Amino acid sequence: VPTYTFVLNGTVTTVTAAADEALLWVLRDRLGVTGPKYGCGVGVCKSCTSHLDGAAFNPCITPVAECAGRTVTTIEGLADGEVLHPVQQAWIDEDVAQCGFCQPGQIMAAAALLAAKPSPSDADIDSLDNVCRCGTYARIRRAIHRAADAG
Amino acid sequence: MGDSVPTTPEIHAERSIRLAVFAAGHDAAVAHDPPAPITRRRMLAYLVTAPTLTMVAAPAALGTRRAGASPGVADVVDLSDALTLAVLPTAYLLRLEVTPDDRVLVYLPRAEVGQGITTAMGVVAAEELDARLAAVEVRLEDARPELLWNQLTGGSNSVHALYEPMRTVAAAARARLVTAAADRWGLSAGSLRTEESTVVAPDGRRLTYGELAEAAATVAPRVASTPKAPTGFTKIGRPTTRLDARDIVTGRARYALDLDVPGVPTVVARAPTIGGTVRSFDAATARSMPGVLGIAALPSGVAVAAETFGHALAARDALRITWDPGPNAGRSDATIAAELRAAVPPFVLPPLGASTIERSFDFAFAPHAPLETLTCVADVRSDRAELWYGAKSPIVACQHVAAAIGMPADRVVLHVVRAGGSFGHRLFYEPAIEAALASKALRRPVKLLWTRTDDLRHGRMRPASHHVVRATQLLGKILTYEHRQATLPVDFSHGLGEALSAAGFSLLARGATQTVFQLSQRVPYDLGVATQLLAEVAIPFPTGSWRSIYSGQTAVVNEVMVDEIARVQRRDPLAFRRQRLTSARTRAVLDEVARLGSWGRPMAPGTAQGVAIHEEYKSVVAYLVEIDCRDAARPRVTRGVCAVDVGRAVNPRGVEAQMQGVLVDGLSMTLQAGLHIDGGAVREASYADYRVARMAETPPDIQVRVMPPTGEPGGAGELGYPAAAAAVANAYARATGSLPRRFPIAG
Repeated sequence: VPTYTFVLNGTVTTVTAAADEALLWVLRDRLGVTGPKYGCGVGVCKSCTSHLDGAAFNPCITPVAECAGRTVTTIEGLADGEVLHPVQQAWIDEDVAQCGFCQPGQIMAAAALLAAKPSPSDADIDSLDNVCRCGTYARIRRAIHRAADAG
Repeated sequence: MGDSVPTTPEIHAERSIRLAVFAAGHDAAVAHDPPAPITRRRMLAYLVTAPTLTMVAAPAALGTRRAGASPGVADVVDLSDALTLAVLPTAYLLRLEVTPDDRVLVYLPRAEVGQGITTAMGVVAAEELDARLAAVEVRLEDARPELLWNQLTGGSNSVHALYEPMRTVAAAARARLVTAAADRWGLSAGSLRTEESTVVAPDGRRLTYGELAEAAATVAPRVASTPKAPTGFTKIGRPTTRLDARDIVTGRARYALDLDVPGVPTVVARAPTIGGTVRSFDAATARSMPGVLGIAALPSGVAVAAETFGHALAARDALRITWDPGPNAGRSDATIAAELRAAVPPFVLPPLGASTIERSFDFAFAPHAPLETLTCVADVRSDRAELWYGAKSPIVACQHVAAAIGMPADRVVLHVVRAGGSFGHRLFYEPAIEAALASKALRRPVKLLWTRTDDLRHGRMRPASHHVVRATQLLGKILTYEHRQATLPVDFSHGLGEALSAAGFSLLARGATQTVFQLSQRVPYDLGVATQLLAEVAIPFPTGSWRSIYSGQTAVVNEVMVDEIARVQRRDPLAFRRQRLTSARTRAVLDEVARLGSWGRPMAPGTAQGVAIHEEYKSVVAYLVEIDCRDAARPRVTRGVCAVDVGRAVNPRGVEAQMQGVLVDGLSMTLQAGLHIDGGAVREASYADYRVARMAETPPDIQVRVMPPTGEPGGAGELGYPAAAAAVANAYARATGSLPRRFPIAG
């Protein structure tokens, strides 16, 4: 069985896994990184959204081999130590979460959007396709605008 | 305090390390209220012997009276009352501890699924204790069999039922802390005040609650332990951010499969059809695949355990299974609709020579589809079992797990864990039974995951229903309003039926479904002689109550019909409602959304406003929405305005969140999300085809006005659904000129 090395939340990490094993299960079951959630396994609900070299991606449909030599950031790696990322702080300020299950993915999707578009329009925010069954979308939108304003 | 103070603490004795020593009445805060019909006020606080200040809230009659103390059915007016009654004659409800390290721990016999109960109850505890909110930690209790039927999270009842017990116990703890400080300083207890988890002397000296926690456990309080008058509230009624917000945004919040407890990833191969069973299977290939640790046949399918879920899912797909079809193999949407239509009860009132408005409606099956699928960790040994599950009815779950694995119920421990949504789904416990059986068969602890496809195709669902409504009118007056519907029986075997029995209802006569229907469904308008009847067709689907139970269909139809009657009579639907509503509270929220939403403002062709109201759970709500139907394939709700009166909002920010979220639920189910049944199987497999709304399909802003207090707290979690769903339907009808007859409208 091959090994793959990537930077995970700032730490060089090597795992032994089959090439086609989905990164989500490598993270959760082999590395104990449980922030990315399973909600569908087919890249639709997007609750596992994390960053690959800074861009949003879905580990549930990404083979571990594709991540070799790259940088993977999950919700656990978004804050700078105890200093929250502006998106995380905005999520608290707007009290976005209800059940909370989708929110790690929502936050990672929003952070990637803001990295690409520091002042997103409502139409830009509409492009986020992460599912929230509690229906927190209006607060997510406000939190993204707040994080954008905070720079 | 006389005879209302119990003297025989036998119910507590089984929790021996916390054998209760009942304080001699000083803690009894509200024991002598006049005989209220609903006696949740007769909660007392009792001191529990422990190294630190530990108090419980329990019924005044604990130990001296049992079920016979229940008030009669005549006192009960609705489902909230019934569930609150069920709380009464059991063991202690809540436990509150003040620890030497200055924390307040609250143990709550409820589930947290996103409705915000932990934050609301933390606010109440902090209010009456004068504690720092950040010092309060609310924990979910394990299954406590001695609570009998009273550990059920449902019916939007938690804050309504637990508000007074929590205030009582926290106020009593505060009185002890003040007294302990008075002793320390040699001052009169009455001269001291409390703030931010400290007791403050007139000269400015301070002692923290942590410094007083041990002494407070031994004093007899010398100040009143009565909860505050609402005018003194500084936390209840103020917008509060969720206590666990930071855990959630950092990924530290743990759901069942995130827990650091032993268990191997396990999935189950399930039949193509609902209720299908394994005839035979060949696991040779699957067994030889990488990472596979075990394969076992279960009643529900074939379980595969492996090193990772990736391995387990791959091996599951390699199983060769021959299935026998489930009991509905001959049924599809069309045949079920025909069965329901044939079962609708007849109208009984003659048309009275008046003109008649008759309309019919259909609802598709609707899964709950919480974002966290059903999951459970189970560790079954030869003599004991331990489970971690986001259970809303943990006691009944324990009993069924014990029966399934052939173990006495007292050998099964069930930890209630945070869950990623419920909407009614987690009242049931199939995954707990399944995980326990898999653990037993595989002889190792398992972490069970239902896939999204499992969830949609084999999970519980709100049943399809068919409705026929006939209203008769004469010269603008509504003479009769008859609502007849047929549906599948909603399964209430999760403990709610038992709770109603305990409250004094005879379920044998009418059954749980008819009891819940009649308790919860009323027409909130003067519509002449109004009757609502429910017929049930015994189609064996896995049903369950779905956010707002029967109101999610029955009250939605009523609100759509009110608009339709107004249209036929050429009346403004809002004015029509105002004239016929029987509740002033409801008229007030309706007026509020009309004002906030500028009801009647000019709208472009193809767009429209819609309005609807709902009364339930001691609360009332109104929604006004605007919809844009100019792209017929993709109608979009562009604006939402809500006014809600929950009696008293403990946390208005949480109430606002529920009202915003439920509008998204309502527009999803009204416009676009529903299941299809083909040959006894569910067609949908993921959120790609079960189209719950995404960001782009929801209004950019949903304005919520939480009304000033009008009483004590009612329910909020389910309240908004019927009005939200109906307001969207009414707006759609006005925008398109076409009355929707089937939900979801997209088909």
